[in-house]
Amino acid sequence: MKDFDLLAILLKPEFGAMLWHGLQETLKIAAGSWLLAMAMAVVLLVVRLTPNRLAERVVAGYVSYHRNVPTLVQLMLWYFGIFSLLPDALQGWLSVHSAETILSIVALGLCQAAYFSEDMRSGLRSIPAGQAEAARALGHGYIGSMRHVMLPQAIRNAVPALVNHSVSLFKNSSLAMAIGVAELTHAVKEIESQSFRTFEAYSMATVLYLVCSLLIMAVGGWLSRRYRIVGAR
Amino acid sequence: MFSVYEILRDNWLLLLIGQYPSGPLGGIVATLILSVLGIVLAFPLSVLLALARLSPWRLLRWPATVLVYVVRGVPLLMVILWVYFLVPILIGRDVSGFTTMLCTLVIYEGAYLSEVVRAGIQALPKGQTEAARALGHSHLGTMWFVILPQALYNMLPSMLSQFISTIKETTLGYVINVQELTFAANQINNQLLTKPFQVFFILAMTYYVVCFSLTQLALWLERRVAHKRLGAAAVKTSEDGVSLPPPPVVVNP
Repeated sequence: MKDFDLLAILLKPEFGAMLWHGLQETLKIAAGSWLLAMAMAVVLLVVRLTPNRLAERVVAGYVSYHRNVPTLVQLMLWYFGIFSLLPDALQGWLSVHSAETILSIVALGLCQAAYFSEDMRSGLRSIPAGQAEAARALGHGYIGSMRHVMLPQAIRNAVPALVNHSVSLFKNSSLAMAIGVAELTHAVKEIESQSFRTFEAYSMATVLYLVCSLLIMAVGGWLSRRYRIVGAR
Repeated sequence: MFSVYEILRDNWLLLLIGQYPSGPLGGIVATLILSVLGIVLAFPLSVLLALARLSPWRLLRWPATVLVYVVRGVPLLMVILWVYFLVPILIGRDVSGFTTMLCTLVIYEGAYLSEVVRAGIQALPKGQTEAARALGHSHLGTMWFVILPQALYNMLPSMLSQFISTIKETTLGYVINVQELTFAANQINNQLLTKPFQVFFILAMTYYVVCFSLTQLALWLERRVAHKRLGAAAVKTSEDGVSLPPPPVVVNP
């Protein structure tokens, strides 16, 4: 084994470029699927709160599927399976616009939406029913009681779980490697096979992942401290 | 839809046990063996890690905390790559993909499970520790005879959820060619070539059936444990008039 020499990777322009490109791709997938997941989670939550039994069943099925099937398998189903069923025109368009990246954003986003919507729902359920009743008794309408009384508390309750699941969403972006996206893990494996400096390459990736994850956790912790309800436990 | 049945009829044995009699064990059976071994071996590690994180000695607390944070902040795939690279160097000979995956799962699940164990220990009323110490138990004695037996029982549902996560994580063995269920499905897909949706649909549904039934079992266990704890709390309250805190909800990471 050669000596540990991080600069051998960092200072080589082609390796540096690969690493930078990989990190960009990872952040792109993570950010894209986070936005999609949040949007979808809100939709799922709203549908679930309507009194329609069928809608509730559909959302429960959606959540159950995405929580009980491994993320990698969902990714494979999208990339190998559902992609082949799409109309030719769409397939062509996707192939030109890096299908792997778009499909992994879709797969990871839809998967994580199930977790996010459950986090939000349990945040909402943790508010005692008396709060809603009190708000209604004070003359708020349904929307008003949600906006002024329930949601401000529910969102605060849901933040820790949402942050945890955002971290796992970020970590899951590495799965996109399995369908050939050139993200950070993929870039690092490439660098390793070209430079034979396995230890340095893996260390770089590990540190980058760790810094991003800890940053997300720190932001989450800051958010929940900053917006804590004074006097609450 | 018809071809789903056809694929299942032709390949059910491969999905179930892989190429077993003539090759390595694979399929669902390998997935389950890997997950069970992973969680069973990770369990003692997780208890040790949790005790280290809660211990009064900084020398134990810090390394355990760092390990847990590193594992929580790094993708499983990265841990697999590290184990794949480091274990042969450390023990001086090549290891199979199965062993690599097993080591990875033990480290990864050990760290996650230790958070569950820690939450379970911290959720017990402080009076338990104080009473045990007052009766003359040492710190370790308190943990071993008083805290752990109660905490571990309360954590059973969370540990089952962790087992379900382990099953889902074994799929990543596919990346280092571990012969498990996902690998078998990819083999079938490479043979057929024309039916990717059906093959991966079967794969997803197989995982769904396994994990969904275990999830239902976990929910049932949770109700049972909560019921028992509530019962105990109600008796205590009526005895001495002091209300105990409600049973904590152990959040699965």
